[in-house]
Amino acid sequence: MADTMPSYIGRSVVRREDNRLLKGAGTFVGDMKLEGMLHVAIVRSQMAHARINGVDLTAARDADGVVLALAGEELKDVLPPISGMQVAAPKGWRDGMDPHIEIPDQTLVPHDKLRYVGEPYALVVADDRYLAEDAAELIDGDFDPLPPVANAEAALDAEALVHDHLPGNIAATLHARKGDGEAALADAPHRLKRRFFHHRYAAMPMECRGVVAEYDSRTDSITVWSSTQVVHWVRREVANALGMPEDRVRVVAPDVGGGFGGKGHVYPEDILVAYLAKRLDRPVKWLEDRHEHLLNAAHSRDNLFDIEVGYDDNGRISVVKNYFLVDSGAYSPVGAAIAGNSIAHFMGPYDIPHYEADCRVMMTNRTPNAPYRGAGRPEVAFAMERSIDLIANALGLDPAEVRFRNMIQPEQMPYAVGLPYRDGVMIEYDSGDYPEALRKALDGIGGLEAFRVRQKAALAEGRYLGLGLGCYVEGTGIGPFEGATVKIDSSGKVMVATGACPQGQGHETAFAQVAADIWNVDIDDVVVTLADTSHVTMGYGTIASRSAVTASGAIQESSDKVKEKVFAIAANVLEASESDLELRDGSVGVKGVPEMSMTLKEVARAALPGWIHQRPEGIEAGLEGTAYYEPPTVTWAYAANAAIVEIDPQTGVPKIENYVEVHDAGTLINPGIADGQVKGGLVQGIGGGLFEELSYDEHGQLMTGSFMDYLLPTASDVPPINVIHSETPSPRNAFGFKGLGEGGAIAPPVVIANAVCDALKPFGAELNNTPVRTEAILNILDTGPAAAK
Amino acid sequence: MKAPRTVSLTVNGETLSGEASPRMLFADFLREVLGKTGTHVGCEHGVCGACTVIVDGVAARSCLMFAIQAEGADVQTVEGLADGDELHPLQKLFSEHRALQCGYCTPGMLMTAIDLVNSSDSLSEQDIKVGMSAALCRCTGYEGIIKAVTAYAEQVHGKPVKQESDNG
Repeated sequence: MADTMPSYIGRSVVRREDNRLLKGAGTFVGDMKLEGMLHVAIVRSQMAHARINGVDLTAARDADGVVLALAGEELKDVLPPISGMQVAAPKGWRDGMDPHIEIPDQTLVPHDKLRYVGEPYALVVADDRYLAEDAAELIDGDFDPLPPVANAEAALDAEALVHDHLPGNIAATLHARKGDGEAALADAPHRLKRRFFHHRYAAMPMECRGVVAEYDSRTDSITVWSSTQVVHWVRREVANALGMPEDRVRVVAPDVGGGFGGKGHVYPEDILVAYLAKRLDRPVKWLEDRHEHLLNAAHSRDNLFDIEVGYDDNGRISVVKNYFLVDSGAYSPVGAAIAGNSIAHFMGPYDIPHYEADCRVMMTNRTPNAPYRGAGRPEVAFAMERSIDLIANALGLDPAEVRFRNMIQPEQMPYAVGLPYRDGVMIEYDSGDYPEALRKALDGIGGLEAFRVRQKAALAEGRYLGLGLGCYVEGTGIGPFEGATVKIDSSGKVMVATGACPQGQGHETAFAQVAADIWNVDIDDVVVTLADTSHVTMGYGTIASRSAVTASGAIQESSDKVKEKVFAIAANVLEASESDLELRDGSVGVKGVPEMSMTLKEVARAALPGWIHQRPEGIEAGLEGTAYYEPPTVTWAYAANAAIVEIDPQTGVPKIENYVEVHDAGTLINPGIADGQVKGGLVQGIGGGLFEELSYDEHGQLMTGSFMDYLLPTASDVPPINVIHSETPSPRNAFGFKGLGEGGAIAPPVVIANAVCDALKPFGAELNNTPVRTEAILNILDTGPAAAK
Repeated sequence: MKAPRTVSLTVNGETLSGEASPRMLFADFLREVLGKTGTHVGCEHGVCGACTVIVDGVAARSCLMFAIQAEGADVQTVEGLADGDELHPLQKLFSEHRALQCGYCTPGMLMTAIDLVNSSDSLSEQDIKVGMSAALCRCTGYEGIIKAVTAYAEQVHGKPVKQESDNG
């Protein structure tokens, strides 16, 4: 590649998305207005668990402006459920995880039984949303309440079954082992046994979900605009439910107002709205309101761990046993993916010879649980990193020291973990320097020793300062594949389309940077199309910190196909050898001969089919290539976090004085975007650690159903945050990229808990549940140092 | 009671009118009737601030107002900020400081910031953090937003914003 153009990868190029979004000229699903469009209101269960005896739609059907009112009974023979078993489990994973999986299917609108507060049981289609909601209020359901299965632990022994065919309310079990956990525990000089609970919270994007669909009877095709992270997955399910060829279903995610995993799977509404548009042959719109979002969009976390750790006098950990329950709610839209992630990520950056994990994915009468930023990793980071602090306390060592003693050293890279990843490949951490990250994080808060001196002095004044640490690794850039199509037409522009579906990550900019470097063209000559199934035949979507790695790989492989033709045609026209040609500044030219070149626009014209083409023998017309990049396995990002917290002794409020994350996601495409991704994730983690909770009562009622009680962090809640980026390239792809979308959100809950416990060390108290509540801190302070021993 | 009425008002300097039933929210009126979809709706109960517009010089939640309450009002929305292709200074600062990711909260953030900066010529950084807490952003973690609004306050008032540790 000639150096006539600047390299774009690694530069904080200004985002091309910004202009339209700043002007309010973006198009979100809610902004769409189609001729003759109807509006849907969905009627949702107010009971956690109930038998449906009947739903009376008469009054609703007679109401003003109502076109259609339906309940589950009318739909049960028309629309199939969403299969619970569609997330593929490769053989290598099955061999190592001993999975027994019976994830139940999800009926779009149940006709027999309701399984969580917020589950749909009827819907109204009307001329406008106001009239649809008026009519929805007239729908009268006759239900027999059933005993609710309130949480995962209760579900084990509950007589009531969320799904009749799942005894014990168990939807999946996984079991993985490395070495011999039992023997290692028996041999360990010390053991730690604890219960940790990571509470339920959720992605909570500022834009709720929404779907618009329009049917075209002439071509028997349908277009669905959904606020989703997975357009190709939505296309497949809509096509399946409506009995249409996938080619006749186009799914587009226009501007999407945040997702973070919460929009990362197919929801019943995606299919229902498409069905209604086809049935009524009119455009149909459904917009979720915030209350519905809190009740009905996937929740996450909510795991209960019983942990046993064996360690020696030096704090070296020899074994971890991890028995845990995932409260998956009434369905599990992404199968056992979270549980698998939790098992695979538990040991994090530590070199632990023996490990055993047993997991049960439990069905309860709560909202379905699906991956959200971190997806199983924050939960296990909480259990592991709390355990390390407890071991340090038991041995009188500094928690930082215990981490250093257990960490995988850079010379151990690549490091074989001894467990399979979700892609079926045995986990091998690819690159990085974990101890260096922790050293940098400690430097970032002003140095460990300096802090301990300060902490002691503060304590003498009756002030409680604490240091919290948290380290993790994260498998990123997972397959199975991503698709991209690259074309150059007679305009000479490089047009790139991928299956990636951004929700604020700046993909239009980042992939333009990647393609501009691949083609050595000006970034303004790259046109990027995303999240539209009509532009890429097969795609996977933007979940699991995967797009930077997988979509870039697909852009590169499809570009390689097109480049072969570009060079063949240019060689023919320029009467040069292909090996003498190079891409330079939007042209193809003979190396060392500046005047011998042709622009990509000229090559595209020479590639046209027909009488005037200039293609050599055997080269097909057109400059277009599609490739499906299948990564060999995941890349491993990692981070070390350190934060200083001071407890207000009067109010119990833990104030974060300073938060540092040293983050390594390999080569960064756009450091400005990367920095924003990590910081945004950190603040979500701080929200989860301190404020946000989807709290249920014993009847299965959600107690935090509005933004008055589900508290998101605000500008004044955010502490000073310093993110230090290391860039250890991944050896697993040509660019050295690793993924970073989720990382920030993983550590803050445990960092905060560790910091608060460190501050309250004189009280000997432990906080082993999230969120960290001021009430709990006040209780510790009230109990006093003496009583706590 | 449900009979629509005509609501006439000024939006971004333009005199407009449209039909609204008495219960129609002002946010819906702006978006559905006047086609000004730059104003977004994030919670419909007055917490998130995405729907913030400026009504007669003061920031208001358009989801907590009825359209008929805007009769005769002078309203500014995000669509009125840029002058054609030329972005408003605050919009430029938002892009420069990476104060947006998905862009959904951005219109409400911009209108909140303009109202805040207009409200006082002696804002401290802490005042800006507290003031901007009127609007929620789930993507950025707020750092870029605070930087952009601080820079804007300095531009508008021609003096540095007082930095302080946020012990306030």
